[in-house]
Parts: sequence; C-alpha cells; structure tokens
Amino acid sequence: MSARLVPAAGDAAGRRPDVPLRITVDGEPVDGAAGQTIAGVLLASGRRTWRSGPSGAPRGVFCGIGACFDCLVTVNGVRDVRACRRRAHDGDAVATQSRGEDAR
Amino acid sequence: MSRHVVVVGAGPAGLGAAAGALRAGADVTLIDASEHPGGQYHRMPPDAFAAANPGRLHHGWRGFERLRDHVLGHPRCDWWPESTVWSLERPDEGAPIVHVLRGEADAAGRERRVLRPDALVLAPGAHDRVLPFPGWELPGVYTAGAAQALAKGERLVVGDPVLIAGSGPFLLPVAASLIEAGATVLEVLEANPAATVARGWSRRPWELASQAGKAGELAEYAGLLARHRVPYRTGRAVIEARGDGRVEEAVTARLRPDWSVVPGTERTVPVDALCVTHGFSPQLELPVAAGCALTRTSGGAFTEVDADQRTTAPGVYAAGEITGIGGAPAARTEGLLAGWIAGGGDPGAREARALRRRRDQARAFAARLAAAHPIGAAWPGWLRDETIVCRCEETTYGSLCRAAGEEASGSARAVKLGTRAGLGPCQARVCGPTVAELLSGKVPGANPHHRPIAQPIRLGELASPPTENTPNPDQKESAR
Repeated sequence: MSARLVPAAGDAAGRRPDVPLRITVDGEPVDGAAGQTIAGVLLASGRRTWRSGPSGAPRGVFCGIGACFDCLVTVNGVRDVRACRRRAHDGDAVATQSRGEDAR
Repeated sequence: MSRHVVVVGAGPAGLGAAAGALRAGADVTLIDASEHPGGQYHRMPPDAFAAANPGRLHHGWRGFERLRDHVLGHPRCDWWPESTVWSLERPDEGAPIVHVLRGEADAAGRERRVLRPDALVLAPGAHDRVLPFPGWELPGVYTAGAAQALAKGERLVVGDPVLIAGSGPFLLPVAASLIEAGATVLEVLEANPAATVARGWSRRPWELASQAGKAGELAEYAGLLARHRVPYRTGRAVIEARGDGRVEEAVTARLRPDWSVVPGTERTVPVDALCVTHGFSPQLELPVAAGCALTRTSGGAFTEVDADQRTTAPGVYAAGEITGIGGAPAARTEGLLAGWIAGGGDPGAREARALRRRRDQARAFAARLAAAHPIGAAWPGWLRDETIVCRCEETTYGSLCRAAGEEASGSARAVKLGTRAGLGPCQARVCGPTVAELLSGKVPGANPHHRPIAQPIRLGELASPPTENTPNPDQKESAR
C-alpha cells in the first residue's frame, strides 16, 4: 500500500467531506481535495517521484516542510515551486522538472 | 509612540514572543511563512478541511488556542501569514531592516514589504537533521518531520507499512501520529543503547518534576506504542535503504554505543516508507544574516543569547530552537521573555524573573534529553564511497573525502567548490552540518549557515519597488 489520505468519514480531526479539485501533471489529470498541497495531491494519487537529481535519479518529498528543495515543480509556468509548501488550486497545471535542466 | 517589535516565526517561540511584546506595550508585527500560526509543533490543518476537532491530533492544544487567539486578536498585533523574510539589512545603528515577501509559497510576483522595527525577535525554529546512509535519497525515505507534518497538516500517511528510525524523543510523537492516521508502524528504532537513554532520562530526577507536562506527553506516546504492539528497540538503526527507483527494503543493524555497526546483526525489512530523524538542525540563516554570533556545542551551532534572550546583534533577540533544541515549552517561555524585553518591558519585573526560572527548568530538561540521545561518533562507518552526502548535488562520501585529502583544497570552501557539496537548491540546509562534521579536523572550517539570501526570491520580485510599513493600528493588515 502506498501513501493515502485518512478518509474524511471517521477522521478524528472532524474534517468535512473532501471538496474535490483537479490539477494536471505534465498534462495528465490528477484528482485531489481542496486544502492539500501539490505534494499531498501527488502522494495521495500514488505518485512518489516527480523530479530527478543531477544524475537523473528520481526524487519526491523528503523533508515535507520546505527545507530540502527536493520536491520542486513548475506550477502554471513558474519554476522551482516547493510542492510541499504550495496549496493546490483547481486547474493548476503542474510540470515536473529535473535538476539537470535547472538554470542555477 | 510605543516600540515596534517584529517577530519572525509563529510557532511556540514566536507566538510567545508576540504575547510578551504585547504585554510590554509594544506594537507587534508577527510574520510566518504558513497560512496559520502554530509552527511545526502545532501545525494546523488547512481551512478547506474545516476540521472541527484539530486539537484531537495535538498536545497542549487548548493552551495554544488561547495564546493564538489572544495574540492574533490583539489590537496592537498585525499578523502576516504567508510571509517570508528573504533578507535582513544591517543599518549603522539599531535593529535590522526586515525585507519581506508576501504571497503564496514560491509564487512569482509576491508583494515586497520593508519593516524598520525597534527590535527584532527571531524564532524560525528547526528542521530534522538526518545523517546520510546508503539509499537515503530514494523516494519513500522521508524525514520523520515530513511524516508528522503530512499526517497532522494534511491527514496523509506517507506509506504503509512504515519503519521509523534514528534517535531522539521525536521518534515517539511521529510514531503516534502515523498510528493515529491508520498506518502500520513496523518498529521504532532508537540508535542509542538502552543504557544511554536510561542514564540521560534518570539523571537529576528532581528536574523531571517541573516538566511533568512534557514527561507525561512522552509517557503517553510510549503507552500508545505498547497498545498497538509496536516495538521500540534501542541500539538498532537503519544503515541502508534499498529499492529500484523507490525504497522497498530497509537494512537495520545493531549498533555499539558509538554507533559502529555490530557485524552479522543486519536484518532486511520490507517497507513502503521509511521515516528517519537524528535530531534537529536550527534554521540559522536569519540570525547569521542579522550578524548574531553563534555558539558551538556538541549538538552543533546555535544562536548565542544572554539571560534575557538578547543576541550579540543590536536590537535582535532569539527564542526557541535556534538557541538550542529544547522543545515547545522551553521555546514558548523563551519567546515570552524575549518579547517582553524586546518590547521594552522591565528586566527586573517579577514576571521576567519567573520566566527566566521557567526557561532554565525547561532548558535543563532539554539537556537531559540531549544527553539521552547523542549522535554516536562512529556513524560515518555506515557510509560507502558512493553514498550520497549532498542530496542536491549528489556529492558522494568518497569524493568529499578525496577532496579533503588533496593539498590544493586547503579549506572547507575549496572542498565545497570542488565537490559542489552544499551549493545546490537547499543551500546546505540538509547536508551543511554533516559536511562540516565530516571535514572537521581535515580542513579549516567555514560557516555552513551563511546564505546571502535567506529564502529564494525571483528576479521580477527583486526588481519591483517595495512598500514601507509603519505600524498603524487603524490599518491592520491581519488576514484572519
């Protein structure tokens, strides 16, 4: 089993039923819930990797709080957005990126 | 006109600092990168979840809510969520000028603001310190803090089943969060032997009495682990992660007290996710940018403060984990004191004396925990030549050792330039302390916490003119 959202029904935090949203990742639609970060949407949809390091090796979330910069994605054309810190909005166009093509 | 205090960070320390400064009569601007106060400790679910009982996931929630409502609702407090301090400018005299970006995380075209406070309280907190091991860069290997943040803040479990390993009391709340969220936790591995943990915990038992809250919290986690039959094993660590493009197995091994591996004790455990932490790294870029001196301890570098939380930089105070890893109660108390003094409160006031006493008790408790969970000096023994040390640049242990051994290198800076360790997007936040430790004694050191820009800013944002802010209670910008 992989990453998953705690079902809203029965969530001890008393969360209301999820409000669905849809983003695209490299053009492919991915469903999520309002309030999730882009990393949260990707993880809950079964993806673990969406960026590659200099050697091409896959990367995903590591620190989860914006310190490691491993989870960078392009959001609506803006590069280098930390997926773990950015809330997903319905209709966001997310593109994966690789360290090899970084302009830094 | 009353004093204007800017507080950076709205976790336990920052909220405490805001409350202390408000009590002293100051105008306060409270800044945090998140949408909500609470920091990592009281990380709140997003508004869209409309969670009726977020307190069910937290300790000390009612106290937090009281403090939060008091601070955010105060007429002299301006609350700036989703705001990032990207630079501190040091004028000839007085407190630093604070450069802020307001808007969604890493967005283009955030709004630039400039604050010129009478005093600045820094409370940016810490993130996990994870020691490298072969395979730690594989997707599915998370910091324990990531698993905790996703479980509390997004109600997401990072995988199932999960193995939790490393060292420190933080392993317990992370295990508790994952169990609460419905994941199977295979085991919790504390690298230090039982004797070290027990010795640290039982030293000077009278100190425990004043910290009953924190001790009780830890006992509760231990009880939860027992009820769910999750083994807590000491003297054992994850020394390798394996898998094809993602973690599939963790290799664990028995460790000696110095964290050297006992040969022949390796076990391979199939996992879906692996959560690791070996302690915390303070976020020192802002104190360094402000010109604060650092103190070096066996647990790493921290911001130097006096008995009143004053740093060595004029008008700059520090509270919470950047002054030493002490946990939420210590951070809150330090914040209250720092805010009170920064806001112009009387250092001799009875309240200030009580705060110093409480802070010292909380610090003593933290020192006890640190003694119970030291990092063993022989950990580099589990590294191989090809093990990645700097995740961003994929600098290997072997290349780092070779660069340190070359005559031409000569300095930590030369090694960094030669191997690119610490020069990638994270700017050495993750590998900095590790690289410094691996190079110590081999080449003259450098400050791993210096970053010319504290947080990324885009060129377009840099080019746009900033707005100056002076506190004006009639024009509060608090977005509640």
